[in-house]
Amino acid sequence: MVAEAFFMSIIKVHNLTKHFKTLTAVDNISFSVNEGEVFGFLGPNGAGKTTTINILCTLLSPTGGRAEIAGHDCTKDPDEVRAAIGLIFQDTTLDAGLTAYENLKFHAYLYNLDRKLTERRIDEMLAVVALQSRKHDLIKNFSGGMKRRLEIARGLLHYPRVLFLDEPTIGLDPQTRNTIWDFIDQLRKKEKITVFMTTHYMEEAENCDRIAIMDHGRIIALDTPPRLKEMLHGDIITLVTSDNQRAAREIERVFNKKTWAENDGVCIEAERGDEFIPKLLQALSVETRSVGLKKPTLNDVFLRLTGRTIRDEGLQNDREITREFVRSHRRAQR
Amino acid sequence: MIQLRPIYVICLREFKKFFREKSRLLGTLARPVLWLFVVGNGMSSLIRPQAGFSYLQFIFPGMIGMTILFSSIFSSISIVWDREFGFMKEMLVAPISRLSIVIGKAVSGTLISVAQAVIILFLIPFLGIHVTIAQFAEVVAVSLLVSFCITSLGILIAARLTSFDGFNIIMNFLVMPMLFLSGAMYPVSAMPPALRHLSQVNPLTYGIDAFKHALLLNATPPLGPEFPISLDLFIVAAVSVIMITLAALSFRSKE
Repeated sequence: MVAEAFFMSIIKVHNLTKHFKTLTAVDNISFSVNEGEVFGFLGPNGAGKTTTINILCTLLSPTGGRAEIAGHDCTKDPDEVRAAIGLIFQDTTLDAGLTAYENLKFHAYLYNLDRKLTERRIDEMLAVVALQSRKHDLIKNFSGGMKRRLEIARGLLHYPRVLFLDEPTIGLDPQTRNTIWDFIDQLRKKEKITVFMTTHYMEEAENCDRIAIMDHGRIIALDTPPRLKEMLHGDIITLVTSDNQRAAREIERVFNKKTWAENDGVCIEAERGDEFIPKLLQALSVETRSVGLKKPTLNDVFLRLTGRTIRDEGLQNDREITREFVRSHRRAQR
Repeated sequence: MIQLRPIYVICLREFKKFFREKSRLLGTLARPVLWLFVVGNGMSSLIRPQAGFSYLQFIFPGMIGMTILFSSIFSSISIVWDREFGFMKEMLVAPISRLSIVIGKAVSGTLISVAQAVIILFLIPFLGIHVTIAQFAEVVAVSLLVSFCITSLGILIAARLTSFDGFNIIMNFLVMPMLFLSGAMYPVSAMPPALRHLSQVNPLTYGIDAFKHALLLNATPPLGPEFPISLDLFIVAAVSVIMITLAALSFRSKE
């Protein structure tokens, strides 16, 4: 069984490490992605997601370890790897001074697509992302969502086996975000490709077959979204009381359950939350101001694993600095 | 290592963008016209014609050199734009060699510069010099060589330039000195020794000298050519080879 699963993996990463001067952006990670899977990297900004993608797509060399795509080593055979992958970067990489058609044609020439096939494929992909009517319009007149869609069309133009999406919907409004996801779903069925994506939106990560949760350059959990959520035992109840610390002590003593603080409240896990709330309220001596009950999300899983929410404010600033550092460093290297 | 289709499509993109950006074309053409007819005419009243050549005629080869200098540097600096706006990534992750990218940029930059130099040549009737077809062809041939040399230099700089902030530094500390110390506006032999030595290590000096050979027939120094044509061509060619090699090498490096 194990051997078979290994045979099917299209991406294999083994002990991958990347240092930037004093910063360890990727810290000894190993994983594999099966063919046809939608695989997600979830983590806060600066966790090392983009650095990992850049190594996989041959833009960066790793400090240590190995990465392989479709049987080709990312360091030794970069051209074979490049031909096998399509990329959609965080920031747009279209030429705003060219038309949609010209951008796609440029791409087709770089990937040495057959001339006749090129025209047909361009029309086909423009139809998939619903941009046929804008074929000969300049990119500078496109909206953010249209640019993203065109980039997806371009990333798929050369029949890649793996499509990389680095924060594919960052900076887009929720409606456009949904449209993009519909496209990705459709494509997956039509083109039978493997999708590797990074995100820090929990809702997006739920669309993946499997998720690797990344923090500080390490993979701290890797599984299907339902299985990750099973790590939490059932529902999550959030109480806001007149004295949260006292409430927490009482709960721990009476029910022998672990509690944790989140925002202004105390949180407890319970298998049947709706039935547990009345018992809970009876047992408490402090005044209860509000009670919340929710099904666990990936955000809770992340909180549980790291002790922080994924978009913690203070953390965010800290991460932004790391990210800026990595970016400026990357620029300096080119 | 050298793939023709990517090179072709990189060139095609540059040409399309060049002809779409009318302001860029206008800017690079307006500058030499301004120098020639405003500065050239103004200075002509101060500098007496020598051996039948006026100052206006003297600076014309220099203005072709200036057109090429600005055009080539601007073309190659587009690499920095491409990097800033992300398009460079599209090329870097494609299954093409870095050398193909460099050659694509060098060829397109060269041809765009030559095209502009040729447009400047149509000012010849206003200068009172007679140019034969052979001379015209000679100027075009030298333009090709000089354009390639300066474009390669520009690519080498662009590969090292990490952001657009460096652009002003390049303009003020490289491009303008290269122009002023090239014999374009005053003969190299008329400069003080320190500046003359700087001019002698400036490849553009030899390019402009070659233009003087082609256009100012029978002119003698100081207004005529100051170096042998064989030396001019050899130096421009040698510098071109060195620059394009260094440019290709600096593009290949990644961590």
